[in-house]
Amino acid sequence: MSDSLHQVDWSPLWLSLRVASVATALALVAGIALGWLFARRRFPGSTVLEAVFMLPLVLPPTVIGYALLVAGGRRSIVGGWLYRQTGYTIVFNWHGAVLASALVALPLVLKSANAAFAGVDRTLEAAARTLRQSPWSVFLRITLPLAWPGILAGTLLAFARAMGEFGATLMVAGDIAHQTQTLSMAIYDAMQDSRDDVAFLLVAITSVISVAVLVLSGRFLSLR
Amino acid sequence: MKRLLCFLFAVLLISLPSFSWAQVLTVSAAASLTDAFKEVGAKFEATHPDVTVRFNFAASGVLLQQIRQGAPVDVFASADEPTVSRGIEAGVLDVSTRRDFATNALVLIVPAGQASSVKSLTDLSMPEVRRIAIGKIPTVPVGRYTQEALEGAKLWTALEPKFVQADSVRQVLDYVARGEAEAGFVYRTDAVLIPNDVRIVEVVSRHAPVTYPVVAVSASREHATAKAFIDYLVSPPAQAILKRYGFSQS
Repeated sequence: MSDSLHQVDWSPLWLSLRVASVATALALVAGIALGWLFARRRFPGSTVLEAVFMLPLVLPPTVIGYALLVAGGRRSIVGGWLYRQTGYTIVFNWHGAVLASALVALPLVLKSANAAFAGVDRTLEAAARTLRQSPWSVFLRITLPLAWPGILAGTLLAFARAMGEFGATLMVAGDIAHQTQTLSMAIYDAMQDSRDDVAFLLVAITSVISVAVLVLSGRFLSLR
Repeated sequence: MKRLLCFLFAVLLISLPSFSWAQVLTVSAAASLTDAFKEVGAKFEATHPDVTVRFNFAASGVLLQQIRQGAPVDVFASADEPTVSRGIEAGVLDVSTRRDFATNALVLIVPAGQASSVKSLTDLSMPEVRRIAIGKIPTVPVGRYTQEALEGAKLWTALEPKFVQADSVRQVLDYVARGEAEAGFVYRTDAVLIPNDVRIVEVVSRHAPVTYPVVAVSASREHATAKAFIDYLVSPPAQAILKRYGFSQS
């Protein structure tokens, strides 16, 4: 074992897990709400709006990063105002990484939630309503539990995607050791810096986590 | 089925490399050379009609790593001496072709267009300076010059928590130009490119001279052309272009 392996810094791994967890939680809440909306309600422009939320799945991460910088940077209207008022900025902050990851993870939750809600037997919901359950109670006790395996499968995919976010995160949050350096940044740095053994170790860890998450996701899908 | 075959055939056609008789010379150059080298390249092509020059700009350390991994590069122009020495030690650069062709200066910059409280190096310790953009120490030469200068000024340790390390000198420039960092360290030639966005506070001393060596890559298959490009770089026409971009003669 070479010297560089003895001093591997594990903070990128913990940061990646933290960023991916928070981003997935955000994507889960937004994805359930939007997935239900697009599965159950049709309104003018709903298909276009759905396509807009699906965009991060197909757009280059550089576009997401650029958009976040233009919208949230210090020279932007929103980001500039926020910075002057509070001194807070998403740039060079791990919250920026969370935002970027949540945006790219959202389509995966949205799509699976949409399909899962569409597959729920509407007569069961109608039966619950005849038992004088409120719409909210019907949603929480009937619709959501029936759709849950599909949503969970999509959420796990979203987590894996959020773990792997690189381009947009690098542009917004930067690559600051112990602050915004995620696992994918640490691999990038180790590779550029000829620390091949460190890069290999981090790649192996990322791969193991991702395979585990994908296997779990497959399990939930087959439960449906 | 027929349509599928047509489609696959079309894919095959567009994936073939574009064919040309011209020699292609691949030059990997430090990011700070981007604008000057594009012009030098065009002039070189004009005097060598059978040669096409292809540039690959990035931080010198990244470029050396690509060459070590076997990237098909013919000429390497670095923004510092140690990176070239490492390549020569590793046996991937041809030491006999090495020439120093330009020098540069390290400057402290702040975003232009807004009042900055940074008037000198020591002002960087003030609390209103929250982020200082520098090049990544292991791979970006300007980061190492900065480290040397700040260590010389006994400021490095105190300022360390404020550093944002960028992938190349041009990314440092961008961070400051966007106002995301209150200050940054780049070369003078980078700062003068966008005078409306960044302002030079001072020329920083206490570091090894910023020297640009150029060298042919040992594995190059265009050795004669690589040599011709290196000779052209130290010739008066190329030196005039470099001078116009603010580089000094070595």
